[in-house]
Amino acid sequence: MAKMHVATTINGEPEEFLCEPHDSMLDLLRGALGLTGAKEGCGTGDCGACSIMLDGRLVCSCLMLAPEAEGRKIDTIEGMAQGETLHPLQQKFLEMAALQCGICTPGVLMASRALLERNPDPTETEVRFWLAGNLCRCTGYDKIVRAVLETAAEMRGAA
Amino acid sequence: MTEIRYIAPSSLEEAIGAYAAAAGAARILAGGTDLLVQMRAGVVSPGTIIDIKKIAEATGIEETPEGGFRLGAAVSGAALAEHPRFGQAWPGVLEAVNLIGSTQVQGRASPGGNLCNGSPAGDSVPAMVAAGAVVTLQGPNGRRTMPVEAFPAGPGRTNLAPGEILVSFTLPPRPKGSSDAYLRMIPRTEMDIAVVGVGVNLTLENGTVTAARVGLGAVAPTVLLVEAAAKALIGSKLEEAALEAAAEACRAACKPIDDKRGTIVYRTKVAGVLLKRTVAIAAERAGRN
Ligand SMILES: Cc1cc2nc3c(=O)[nH]c(=O)nc-3n(C[C@H](O)[C@H](O)[C@H](O)COP(=O)(O)OP(=O)(O)OC[C@H]3O[C@@H](n4cnc5c(N)ncnc54)[C@H](O)[C@@H]3O)c2cc1C
Ligand code: FES
Ligand code: FES
Repeated sequence: MAKMHVATTINGEPEEFLCEPHDSMLDLLRGALGLTGAKEGCGTGDCGACSIMLDGRLVCSCLMLAPEAEGRKIDTIEGMAQGETLHPLQQKFLEMAALQCGICTPGVLMASRALLERNPDPTETEVRFWLAGNLCRCTGYDKIVRAVLETAAEMRGAA
Repeated sequence: MTEIRYIAPSSLEEAIGAYAAAAGAARILAGGTDLLVQMRAGVVSPGTIIDIKKIAEATGIEETPEGGFRLGAAVSGAALAEHPRFGQAWPGVLEAVNLIGSTQVQGRASPGGNLCNGSPAGDSVPAMVAAGAVVTLQGPNGRRTMPVEAFPAGPGRTNLAPGEILVSFTLPPRPKGSSDAYLRMIPRTEMDIAVVGVGVNLTLENGTVTAARVGLGAVAPTVLLVEAAAKALIGSKLEEAALEAAAEACRAACKPIDDKRGTIVYRTKVAGVLLKRTVAIAAERAGRN
């Protein structure tokens, strides 16, 4: 079976790839495209480690077919820092040690950024509900939630 | 995996043509949050995947001339939540759709996929039943409509005819004093499968219920419309006797399974409790409209 040709935009840059019709977007990102930030924790939509933005909406890339990327806009964790300058969330996660093994972190960061774009002043409950689909086996969530709230406060102050 | 094809037609006619041509070997793809999980588990292995998200009618949210809403079957929960007026008119349907999975799942999961997947525990279904939603189906023999409660046929089965696609849900206009609500019982607060789900849709006039519909999920092989519960509410001012009669009607309608999430006794009891709580929320909202 011939591979499919897909033209898409990833982190603002036009990108083309060949894929099998049943490949997941996560397979393509981590494989042919060499963007290994998104992780496969479960492959079934439960853990959020594979979170990316698709046309501005947070989705699990493990539950998206690669050919669905045709003509769409994808953003991944690799596009979060501006060159050497970390996004405030990334910076705060480091400062507050909101990660241990780091497997969940790219997904948590993508999800947190999506939250703060929509709601710059979330309550703790809102943060916890928004991140309910991002599982972390290490931190116990508390540090993650506090880092998100701190970043939100800081970004509001800076704005 | 054997030969597999992915197509994303931009017209319904094209999708239906391809679906019919595949003669049962094709699957419709909406958000993929059930389908892709099932494909990975090897439960289904379609020869052709027909993505319907490029079809305008399947992804649009429209207000009908009569004052109701038409929702494309493949509208995502996130898109529905962003609509400026839908949640005002149908807060119960919206909260039910938005309960499906995490933020990430909401980015893709659709009410159409929830209904077509055929789970008796699908969260949006009891709310759609309570809302009196009518589904539009289209297949090789044209279009037809049916009340949403007539759509499920059993766990994992629907009354879609071969080659038919679910196109949209139509919700009726809202008389003054109307609102709805959906509650589910799950063992944790997020990301779980309903043990019981109750949708209630009410119209109140000076405190008296003039119209009611009750949808009940996860307690029988299909989601149920509980007409006896609605009857117990209509004409009442939601006095304790009327609420208890409606709760009893819900308990009587239960034919649940016994599983690790809930025993038969528990599910039956909770159905009555949730009915009362859901009515209270719907009534409070209706009082403000
Ligand atoms: C992590 C996670 C959590 C979840 N939590 C919940 C939950 O809390 N509550 C709940 O109810 N569900 C839950 N689900 C299940 C799932 O997300 C929902 O059932 C969702 O509504 C499915 O919609 P979809 O658009 O993704 O469907 P898809 O996966 O695209 O489709 C589902 C099925 O319906 C068929 N289909 C889809 N659209 C049509 C159509 N228009 N015409 C004909 N056939 C069609 C498909 O072929 C497939 O068989 C969860 C899933 C995941 C992965
Ligand atoms: S790998 Fe996608 S949600 Fe876990
Ligand atoms: S830091 Fe290890 S899973 Fe979250």
